[in-house]
Amino acid sequence: MSDSTKEWPIWEVFTQKKDGAAHEHAGSVHAPDAEMALLNARDVYGRRMEAINMWVVLSSAIVASTPDDMGPFFDPANDKLYRWPNTFKTPQGIKQV
Amino acid sequence: MNKQEALFEYNLRIGDNALVLAQRLSEWSGSGPILEEDIAMSNMALDLIGQSRGFLTYAGTVEGKGRSEDDLAFFRDVRLFRNRMLVEMPNGDFGVTMMRSFLFSAFAYLHFRGLVKSKDETISGLAEKSLKEVTYHLRHTSQWVIRLGDGTDESNQRVQTAANDLWSYTNELFEMNEVDELLINDGIVFDLNGFREEWNQLIKEVFTKATLEIPVAGYNSKGGINGFHTEHLGFLLAEMQSLPRSLPDAKW
Repeated sequence: MSDSTKEWPIWEVFTQKKDGAAHEHAGSVHAPDAEMALLNARDVYGRRMEAINMWVVLSSAIVASTPDDMGPFFDPANDKLYRWPNTFKTPQGIKQV
Repeated sequence: MNKQEALFEYNLRIGDNALVLAQRLSEWSGSGPILEEDIAMSNMALDLIGQSRGFLTYAGTVEGKGRSEDDLAFFRDVRLFRNRMLVEMPNGDFGVTMMRSFLFSAFAYLHFRGLVKSKDETISGLAEKSLKEVTYHLRHTSQWVIRLGDGTDESNQRVQTAANDLWSYTNELFEMNEVDELLINDGIVFDLNGFREEWNQLIKEVFTKATLEIPVAGYNSKGGINGFHTEHLGFLLAEMQSLPRSLPDAKW
């Protein structure tokens, strides 16, 4: 287990719960390639009818912001209420907002 | 033998195949080569137990002597089991386990696909549900056979040995007897030779991708459906049946 070159890469798994819903992060699996990642994802995160569709993506392909980015990235949103569409009314009957 | 007895026998065959292979796969629980595969093998075992429950319950109904799925699973001795010998073969290494499930799943897939059209509604319904499950088993095990065969020298050699060792038990998958004769005329089951060539093709396709050689059988097993088995099945049943036999009517 200690030899990292022999470890399979990690894949992030995203599951869609119903038609039209967004894919949500479910967790991750180890797999040697894309097809096996999909099969492993199905066995680990889809065996109790949790999903109707799945995405897998190599963890290493995901670019994440760092904790250092937090201030410049997200703080400026605090005091600009006009960025929020608060004055719009939501039509009745809409489920996926 | 009358038709009722034949239908009982036929349900036992399918139920026993699933039950014995499920017991074999569940032997891997907690000791799979990697967490994901451990879960995958347990999932397949659970699918097979579900299939077995369906067919054994129906066997009990057809027999009409009040025997439940549990009575049939846990209180029959080895000579009364009707599974094909392939499924009772020991797990061996991971390559043997995947090869065994691959060879069997290809058979089960084609078998259930045909039984969906059975004139017996219960069989057709059970086959439809089972078909979805074995379609996945076939995909999962095919992918592993390809990766092991077309992997390292060692994995290729191991999975080729597995194929060579198990090949003697593949001809028996297609063995039929008077049970089949009695049921084929009524459209309840069909001649297994009808998909033999398709099975060969399926195996060949995966073996080619896996860079594996199709083995030549030096010996062909015979008689699982008539209650003849290898020495392995007795030990498997002893373990599987020990709890209900020592504590009859034990409940979860």
